[in-house]
Amino acid sequence: MDNQLKVPCRKEKLKEVRVFVGNLLQQHGIPDIEAGEMVLAVDEVCANLMIHSHNCNPKKSIGVKINILKGQEVVFEITDYGVGFNFCRYKEPSLDDIIKEKKKGGVGLILVKRIMDNMEFIRKANRNVYRMVKKLKIA
Amino acid sequence: MEISSVLEAGNYVIAINGDVDASSSIRLDEALAKAVEEGQQHILIDCIDLNYISSAGLGVFMSYIEELKAKNIRMVLFGLSDKVKNVFMVLGLDQLLNIMDTKDQAKQQSHG
Repeated sequence: MDNQLKVPCRKEKLKEVRVFVGNLLQQHGIPDIEAGEMVLAVDEVCANLMIHSHNCNPKKSIGVKINILKGQEVVFEITDYGVGFNFCRYKEPSLDDIIKEKKKGGVGLILVKRIMDNMEFIRKANRNVYRMVKKLKIA
Repeated sequence: MEISSVLEAGNYVIAINGDVDASSSIRLDEALAKAVEEGQQHILIDCIDLNYISSAGLGVFMSYIEELKAKNIRMVLFGLSDKVKNVFMVLGLDQLLNIMDTKDQAKQQSHG
């Protein structure tokens, strides 16, 4: 099965990303809860890029690539072109502050950080790679 | 995602069907805003058919915590699948929101 997907920067395409990631993880026998977390993390990064890096411009696109090392780890690479954003350096706001300020956003990358075991931002020329690794639990 | 709101024996029940993500969370926000505007005091969120929630949806719930507290409005979520509930737990929101297993428990909680 194909392990790569390319979607235009439209928020309505996030569902397609989730179905793609979810199906691939399911086919590799990764349990629901664990798979659900990974689907969420990919969705969050894609949503951030679509909204903040590309202003939901459907002429821009992002790529999602998944490599599964059976029984060991899953490697996600999300790529785009343009102004990158080092998501590893993102400073977690406190939940209390978010609640007090009645902000509706700001927790997406907190979730990604808590779910993933490793995050790496790679920038080459104009291309950005948002790399995330999730170690699989031993069944 | 579909949202329906209905007044049911003293409870204002907002039922979510489908996925709440960055593209649809605005509609959840609108439904909650309407309930608060109408002066509803007991809001139940039916999550039985909630298939998925991302930070955009969690953010909506979080943004109401202070207002509900100030206005003494009770909001209780119920019927979350294990997968959906896990997302609330990753963030620790299960400690900040009222989450019950069943609708009956939610009703009790909202009037308790």
